[in-house]
Amino acid sequence: MKSLRQKFVFCLAVTSCLASAAQALQVTDDHGVNLSFDRTPQRIVSLLPSLTETVCELGQCQRLVGVDRYSNFPDSVRALPQVGGGLDPNIEAIVALKPDLVLMATSSRAGERLQSLGIKVMALEPKNHADVRRVLEKIGQVLEVSDAQRVWRVIDAAVSAAAQSLPASVKKTRVYFEVNRAPYAAGESSFIGETLTRLGAKNIVPMSMGPFPKINPEFVVRANPDLIMVGDRNYAGLEGRPGWVAIRAIKDRRVCVFTVAQSDVVVRPGPRMAEGARIMAQCLLDKSL
Amino acid sequence: MTAIYRQQRIAFRLGLGLLLSSVALLMLGASVGSTGFESVLNAWTDPMAQQIVWDIRLPRTVGAWAAGALLGLAGAVAQGLFRNPLADPYLLGSASGASLGVALALVFFGVSPFATLWLVRLGLTGAAFAGAVGAVLLTLLLAQGVQHTLRLLLSGVIVGVVLGACASLAMLMVPEVMQSMQAFMMGSTGFVGWAACTLLAAVWLVCMVVAWMLSHVLDGLSLGEATAESLGLPLPRMRAALVTVMALATGTAVAQTGLIAFVGLAAPHLVRSVAKTTHGRLILLSSLMGAALLLAADILARWLIAPQELPVGVLTAILGGGYLLWLMHRNTRVSSRASL
Repeated sequence: MKSLRQKFVFCLAVTSCLASAAQALQVTDDHGVNLSFDRTPQRIVSLLPSLTETVCELGQCQRLVGVDRYSNFPDSVRALPQVGGGLDPNIEAIVALKPDLVLMATSSRAGERLQSLGIKVMALEPKNHADVRRVLEKIGQVLEVSDAQRVWRVIDAAVSAAAQSLPASVKKTRVYFEVNRAPYAAGESSFIGETLTRLGAKNIVPMSMGPFPKINPEFVVRANPDLIMVGDRNYAGLEGRPGWVAIRAIKDRRVCVFTVAQSDVVVRPGPRMAEGARIMAQCLLDKSL
Repeated sequence: MTAIYRQQRIAFRLGLGLLLSSVALLMLGASVGSTGFESVLNAWTDPMAQQIVWDIRLPRTVGAWAAGALLGLAGAVAQGLFRNPLADPYLLGSASGASLGVALALVFFGVSPFATLWLVRLGLTGAAFAGAVGAVLLTLLLAQGVQHTLRLLLSGVIVGVVLGACASLAMLMVPEVMQSMQAFMMGSTGFVGWAACTLLAAVWLVCMVVAWMLSHVLDGLSLGEATAESLGLPLPRMRAALVTVMALATGTAVAQTGLIAFVGLAAPHLVRSVAKTTHGRLILLSSLMGAALLLAADILARWLIAPQELPVGVLTAILGGGYLLWLMHRNTRVSSRASL
């Protein structure tokens, strides 16, 4: 009886070894779905700008055959066919591109539909610095790029370099980062907040309030930040809000207004986070007293 | 005769009660915000606390009251004008017009220096107001005037759907504006300053006087259009004036505070559930009811998860809708018992 069980266990071990040898690639995406690839994907559709940037950062831009309409970096992806947005992709257009892998955000509904059509879908949603690393490594693993770790180390070192370039006097600047005019703020726990923390700046929106809280405008007046960072789209009228003229940042004209292209870099949790850190560091430096 | 007298007394008491609760809410509104009561206590010594109370809390509190008053007024006028208890101030397409205006403004902000310069002068408030009034004009154009109630209603629905679709399209093309738009659609009184307050109050005064003067038309209309005409009322002109009042009141409120749901629909019903009265009084009471409702919702929105904020439109819908539902059920129970 005992020997029978031993044989069974042995057989199981052998088959699983064989199976893993046949399917060289096994990864789990952010939905917890196990994906296995017989060979590394060659035709990729990306439905999230930060995932598009990740693929290209790994030097595999040539494998992209389609992107979503918001992917605009690097320039080469602008020439690719656009298959709609991440939340409203054109299923037919994606299928027509015959991809062997579709990269998309976990929040999109299109995943199930594409899977039922027999297309491999990998759902990944980078939200913070650790996620950027994880996504880089996962995509590197699937694309069989060996130096994903090295790419991450370069990015990470560049963020540290941006932080070290700042004089001590600039650190401890109290910053309010307005994501949009509702107003939603970028808190300490958001991707933007993590970059600010690494630069040594102090966020007026604490960790406890979540990544992107909708705040009461009087909260900003109360917190009285030294510096305000805001995108060009949301800047208009900011200084004229009731009671805001007394905020230190506005009195001292310490408001950084990012262009649309800069905002893309700063807010996207992707491989350009070091460039985002440099943009914010430059702002801290330019507007220092 | 005594029944009418009794109803008048109830209406008077309701008005008095609403005024008193408004005063209480105004005082409460000045003391509730992201930082709590200590701002009020320190208002005389700490300049920042003074600024928070005087420049932010008080105007937004008064502004919430005035915007609610405008929506309540517009709701009562709409329900009288269309003789339809489901009519609300957004019926003529002003809500979708305003969202389209705001969506376009947000999309073009920061795109080119010229557009930004022009838009800053107009502001989001101006864009919303222009959108709301433009939508109503479009509705009137499609309905070829104000004579036919049904045609006016249908045109309003069509304009609302088409402009709403355009606004959604703009949001989809530029997803960065989506959250700002969502905030606008759920309403917020966060950025109402003293200038906006003055404007809201002035428009309310004008609309109130005009609506009051024309309230006998609404009374006449409640008997049917033919009867109203046989009473010798110059209907076309007066209806045009009432539509103008409705559009102006709604447009002003929407421009300053966003698309706040349900106040305009619920306020007249809440008044009618307490007092049966003529349109002259109904408009005033409904206005006060809307004001108290929106102000109460705004205070809750600021306070519940402070220092974060809830969208006020969500709370007006929950408060107003919940109360209305409760009233409805109570009335059904009472009447079914009576019929037994």
